[in-house]
Amino acid sequence: MAAYESFFDALGLRDWCDADKTDGPMSMAQLLAQTQGGDAGAEGPVLPFPSLDVLHEACHRIGQTRDVTEGLERGFLDIRPELKLVLDPITQPLSWMLDGALWVAEGTPWWIMIPALLLLSYLVSRSKAVTAFVAAVLVFFAVIDHYDVAMQTLAIVFVCTGLSVLFGVPIGIGMSKSNTAQRLIVPILDLLQTLPTFVYLIPLIFLFSVTESKLYGIAIILYAIVPVIRLTDLGIRLVDKDVVEAANAFGMNAWQKLSRVELPLALPNIMAGVNQTIMMSLAMVVIASLVSAPGLGVLVLRGIRNLELGVGIVAGLGIVLLAVILDRVSKAALARVDQQRGH
Amino acid sequence: MSAKVAIRNLYKIFGPRGAEMVPLVENGMDKATLLDRHGHVLGLRDINVDMAAGEITVIMGLSGSGKSTLIRHLNRLIEPTAGEILIDGQDVMRLGPAELRAMRQKRMSMVFQKFALLPHRTVQQNAEMPLSVQGHDPARTTEDAKRWLARVGLAGNEQQYPAQLSGGMQQRVGIARALTANTDIMLMDEAFSALDPLIRSDMQDLLLELQKELQKTIVFITHDLDEALKLADHLVILKDGAVVQQGEPQGILLAPADPYIEDFVSDINRARVLRVRSIMEPVDRDTFDGDVSPDSNLERLIAQSDGDTNHVYRVVEDGAVLGQVNMQTLVKALVPRVRSTDRTAAR
Ligand SMILES: Nc1ncnc2c1ncn2[C@@H]1O[C@H](COP(=O)(O)OP(=O)(O)OP(=O)(O)O)[C@@H](O)[C@H]1O
Ligand SMILES: [Mg+2]
Repeated sequence: MAAYESFFDALGLRDWCDADKTDGPMSMAQLLAQTQGGDAGAEGPVLPFPSLDVLHEACHRIGQTRDVTEGLERGFLDIRPELKLVLDPITQPLSWMLDGALWVAEGTPWWIMIPALLLLSYLVSRSKAVTAFVAAVLVFFAVIDHYDVAMQTLAIVFVCTGLSVLFGVPIGIGMSKSNTAQRLIVPILDLLQTLPTFVYLIPLIFLFSVTESKLYGIAIILYAIVPVIRLTDLGIRLVDKDVVEAANAFGMNAWQKLSRVELPLALPNIMAGVNQTIMMSLAMVVIASLVSAPGLGVLVLRGIRNLELGVGIVAGLGIVLLAVILDRVSKAALARVDQQRGH
Repeated sequence: MSAKVAIRNLYKIFGPRGAEMVPLVENGMDKATLLDRHGHVLGLRDINVDMAAGEITVIMGLSGSGKSTLIRHLNRLIEPTAGEILIDGQDVMRLGPAELRAMRQKRMSMVFQKFALLPHRTVQQNAEMPLSVQGHDPARTTEDAKRWLARVGLAGNEQQYPAQLSGGMQQRVGIARALTANTDIMLMDEAFSALDPLIRSDMQDLLLELQKELQKTIVFITHDLDEALKLADHLVILKDGAVVQQGEPQGILLAPADPYIEDFVSDINRARVLRVRSIMEPVDRDTFDGDVSPDSNLERLIAQSDGDTNHVYRVVEDGAVLGQVNMQTLVKALVPRVRSTDRTAAR
């Protein structure tokens, strides 16, 4: 440690260092050393790595590592009111949508809801087998008294997937049209995808109150929007160059090209992205129950907290079943689009 | 005849500083040197071509000679580095984006080597595309598309998807689409190259038949000399981005301007391609062994003469005597004038 002290002495910075010397809070290392009864200074390695904490020892003007995390926190808290001022109104509709969807899911009697969902699955998939499977799963949920929670989860997934597509497709289109946009957005997508899912929740909890539905809505959308953006971009970039050239040669404008050529030809890729997005919002909806998202996730959590093995496992399997029906229905829709083109 | 499409001193050099390379190329730098020293690709060099209204202009050349590059300049899918493109006397380079789109919609249509149909649309919808882009009344659009599809032999296939059709049928859709656009000018980039020989010959016949009826200004690209000779009213031969010879095809066949073209023309069946009109001479006698039409090919005349080289025929068209054909002249015309000798050695 002495090495760094003499280093500051040599630079003639001693006075500056000791100017307003107050005993700052102890660093973790010091604390540990103290509780173990040793003297932190004497027993350390001869030349420790000059980390912030070590340098702080030698010169008190240099901050400790905890100052960095503290600074980050303080900085965030400082801009919080302004951030809230902007984000609150923008995201308010999300709360309304989620609450509305949950109200519909809980309020609609089962003898309307189940036929409606079956009709929807049939319209999307045009497959009797898939629809029959969906019917079996819904009836199973109802029989084991998990119908309400399953509907809550489904409602949240619908809203979040819908919004992800609504925002994700235009972002993907923008990316496919500009290499600069692509270069800027790809790292953000990488970040969203690799950031541990719990980490999303931390800043969101500071920004919004846990009682607001938009809190978990935002967390789910941020996580689930990534594949639909990526695959829209990819899909449009992969559109046959010859067909785009033909579109130009017959005098299409940018909008006609997009709506008549690029989006339809990219559709199989975009739908693969939507399928992924559905799966990811379903995965996130469980974690979101930590911040008061209702649904099957709550039961999983109860299983963990109270060590109620059966409750947790049944709820977990329920999520798997939901995932399977959502996947089958969206895959069937994709297959239908492919087939329609005579492939 | 004033040119429908005129290309004047057109240069295209691919690369970030193409314009700076034009003077070098003007001073004679060739394609390989330009790529070597400056990293730019010479696409087209000083092209001057006039394309007459109602004629088929065929642009021929080996792979990489710049044919596709040239045809894409006509509707500005590729921007020239220097030069002018005049359509009906109007400089295409002066058009703004909206005018350019209007020109592509109303004055030029295009047929592609790989068909480039919309896979998610039916045959009918593909044929309607040029008119629906212009926002025409749907009823008329449907009717036009249907009529042209029937004209190219696709009546009854309207509701199929392109992937359900054979290559030849897909290209018929491509042609119907171009015809529905109802433009004076049709650009065809190797339109028949992806088809097998019999279908290809059918499509050439179809094109000639349509052309007799419609008299469009057609720019047709091919790397196949037989196809070029069958279709061309005016033949332009490209090599390394420059025009090596252009003119009436029979003339090029009889008097190739350089060894590159001699090689090109030496392999074809001259008796079938050459026509009486190209080898006839002024009348210098009174008695003939028979009458022939000027558009008859030499093969037919040889059959008519039973191989007797002493015969002389009178060339008659619509009752007027145009000249005479001596069988001995005919035999000489069948032999390529010069055959580059080192060509066989090089193989
Ligand atoms: N975008 C481009 N960038 C750089 N070089 C290009 C580009 N497009 C074409 N070229 C070059 O220009 C030359 C002419 O190409 P072009 O496609 O016009 O040939 P082509 O005669 O149509 O050949 P093919 O019969 O193979 O279609 C080639 O040497 C090609 O490499
Ligand atoms: Mg080409």
